[in-house]
Amino acid sequence: MLIIKDLSKKYYNKTALRKVTLNFEPGKIYGLLGPNGSGKTTLMKVVAGLHKQNSGEVLINNMELSHKTKAYVSYMPTENFLYDSFKVRDLLKFYKDMYDDFRKDYAEELLCNIDINLNYKIANLSSGQVGKVKSVLALSRDADIYMLDEPLNGVDILSRDTILDIIIRSYNENKIIIISTHLVGEIEKILDSVIFLKDGSVELLGEVEELRQSHQLSVENLYKEVYKDV
Amino acid sequence: MTLIHAKEGDQLEFNNNIPIYLQVIEKIKQDIVSGKLKPGEKMPSSRDYSYELGINFNTVARVYKELEMEEIVFTKRGLGTFVTESTQLIEKLRKNMAEKLVEEFVSGMKQIGYTQEEMINFIKSKNRIERNE
Repeated sequence: MLIIKDLSKKYYNKTALRKVTLNFEPGKIYGLLGPNGSGKTTLMKVVAGLHKQNSGEVLINNMELSHKTKAYVSYMPTENFLYDSFKVRDLLKFYKDMYDDFRKDYAEELLCNIDINLNYKIANLSSGQVGKVKSVLALSRDADIYMLDEPLNGVDILSRDTILDIIIRSYNENKIIIISTHLVGEIEKILDSVIFLKDGSVELLGEVEELRQSHQLSVENLYKEVYKDV
Repeated sequence: MTLIHAKEGDQLEFNNNIPIYLQVIEKIKQDIVSGKLKPGEKMPSSRDYSYELGINFNTVARVYKELEMEEIVFTKRGLGTFVTESTQLIEKLRKNMAEKLVEEFVSGMKQIGYTQEEMINFIKSKNRIERNE
């Protein structure tokens, strides 16, 4: 369970989040949508315990943010953070050492399924392969909350489909999966709910099927409506 | 784990402007009335179906729930979801779907000025051409 109450965050003189209040339920896949600078990454980093909020509350499994709650959250940053000199195999070992909840067998199985050899060197991977490996690593932890920051960015179209498959496969009814993206059209079929962030505030939120029904629009077209003057 | 690559059969192309669960329901109904899905046949589990279609698990769960309410599928505890065994119900469903298609056709043809007789003649001539092909 993830509860965010009146969360605000400032960087120097820029306000990144303004009194954001959100509830996330297990068993659902959430899309965190908005253009660059709308607060998506900041929100994820606060929940992951990497940034501290200025005010407001974040409760993970009824606990306030601490080093303890970090263990419940698997966060995938948008940057390529993989060590170039490593082989895929070394990465898995590294993750196993880093995280008690890392399911190495599951990661190996996924990688085998998407034709990524454990002996590949990170430096030689295409950006699509890097994207896939990053998602596999994040989703192979047995966490309660997964936060993937722009998993489809800079990834070719076939690899995008594979990443969506990995996400669907890793879903289960006890987990919260939060995906930030501005590539809405490609991801909306796997989402339960969406949150539109604008200037650090929640502009709109709802279940995707209900939004389609009530607006007679795809989430992508709704996105264009919401941000047309941004 | 085989499904990531082996997505068999006709991958549905979804229209994102319409709720996806409605599109999946329509597709399943088509498969039932056309005989592609047989009476009493076991449906994939929600999980497998969500992999296969590449859509959200809860969407599939909703599809099954709605179809169950319409009695088009039924669930046996611990065994899974099955297509109805009632051929009567399937025939009724088939007729309903045909009616809807004809209604759409007729209203579309009316809009471009066809009389009922012209429509009938049109269908007959079209049918003849397709049979000769």
